[in-house]
Amino acid sequence: MVATLIRATGDWDVAEECTQDAFALALERWPRDGIPRNTGAWLTTAARNRAIDRARRAATGAAKLQEVAVLSSRNDAPDDEDSGVADDRLRLIFTCCHPALSIEAQVALTLRTLAGLTTAEIARAFLVPEATMAQRLVRAKRKIRNAGIPYRVPPGHMLPERTGAVLGVLYLLFNEGYSATAGTDLMRQNLSGEAVRLGRVLARLMPDEPEALGLLALMLLHDGRRNSRVDAAGDLIPLEEQDRSRWDRASIDEGLAVLAGALRRARPGPYQVQAAIAACHATAARADETDWVEIAALYDRLAVMVPSPVVELNRAVAVAMAEGPRAGLVLLESLEVSGALAGYHLLPATRADLLRRLDRPVEAAEAYRQALEQAPTAAERRYLARRLAETTG
Amino acid sequence: MRYLLMICGDEAGLASLSPEDDSRMSSGYEDFGKEMAQRGVLQGGERLRPSTDATTVRVRNGDIITSDGPFAETKEQVGGYFVVDCKDLDEAIEVASKIPGAQSGSIEVRPIWEMT
Repeated sequence: MVATLIRATGDWDVAEECTQDAFALALERWPRDGIPRNTGAWLTTAARNRAIDRARRAATGAAKLQEVAVLSSRNDAPDDEDSGVADDRLRLIFTCCHPALSIEAQVALTLRTLAGLTTAEIARAFLVPEATMAQRLVRAKRKIRNAGIPYRVPPGHMLPERTGAVLGVLYLLFNEGYSATAGTDLMRQNLSGEAVRLGRVLARLMPDEPEALGLLALMLLHDGRRNSRVDAAGDLIPLEEQDRSRWDRASIDEGLAVLAGALRRARPGPYQVQAAIAACHATAARADETDWVEIAALYDRLAVMVPSPVVELNRAVAVAMAEGPRAGLVLLESLEVSGALAGYHLLPATRADLLRRLDRPVEAAEAYRQALEQAPTAAERRYLARRLAETTG
Repeated sequence: MRYLLMICGDEAGLASLSPEDDSRMSSGYEDFGKEMAQRGVLQGGERLRPSTDATTVRVRNGDIITSDGPFAETKEQVGGYFVVDCKDLDEAIEVASKIPGAQSGSIEVRPIWEMT
């Protein structure tokens, strides 16, 4: 509804306020007059009337009167409403995620206008004071207005790049809910839920975009494991030790179905590949039944699509599982030589793990020590210290 | 909406271009100017002499303070500008991306504050 009003009024703050006014009016009128048959239409009309009132009162010239006329003439029939609203939500998502806005602004705006979170809720989720988040939103809306960021779905030739930006924001949101600092803060965990919800909306709005489906599948498959990721002490449980009976089968099944739908379109992309990797884990009844050969092959494809040292590291892990630790060590060596992951604790941690499996405890211990020095959180340090003790003990 | 497109680049690098690269850049700017004038988006633009030829003027406490060089030392320097009138930021970005200087430097797209 907010999206429709933004299109009609061109003013995000006015659209929000009129929406709130409509809800307040509903709370006042419906107990008295009865609940209308089409509540959506009632609310939209009420909000639009409110916007017209405001425009009339603020009218100072021809431009303003024209605005009133445009608002009044929008008489969408109820069955037009759904597709109209859907189009507006799509326009809104792309506008929120415009590359001219900073990433923080994109994320905040998406949460505020699409997920409907309050400024206070968003501030808490990102661990900043509410005033800071409020300012961030104000500046973002100001930039949209002053710089002329268009409110629309980008034209065809720009769509691939811009869709990538939208998906990136959603994935960022999803991961925020799982970050090491999220801990038990429910507000942060909620971010993942919001990301999945928005992912469903996007998949529905862009049914022919397989990467939107791929991202949704990826998030659903990851989310399916959320109940087994953390132990009583709040420490992360590695995948091979997770209690698979605690996995959310409904979430996983939905993810697998969405992924199947995406792959049918035969237009592979990085999110689909990552979802396929997650699907390999999700469909293995036990850790030792995981199809590591398939996972290694998928990482080969991912490395071509999205060349990055982190992808290479994950590929080394998969190759080590599929072909043995020695093969993995070879890949790690070239990563080390490149220096791209200098200071990244998971590089020595992976090397340590492979050396341990090759029964080379002295070298493994040295690598664990190196990883310990670089580990960024207490939880990771605890895990590495435990491994080190097992190796040297 | 009107925008100022500031063409920023590494002056030293641009000064040391080979004659072939230099003339290729010049004809690139010629083509750009023609295309944008045809599209009706171009309102003006000039090439600027390097920042070593610049003079900065400040007035403090009634005193005119003149100094040699640009107002700030930056890694890239403004080498030219265009004023364009575009439908929205997306069009301005598309126009900016066609400026030859965008290949090696940066184009700042600044909305003009209309004072009407």
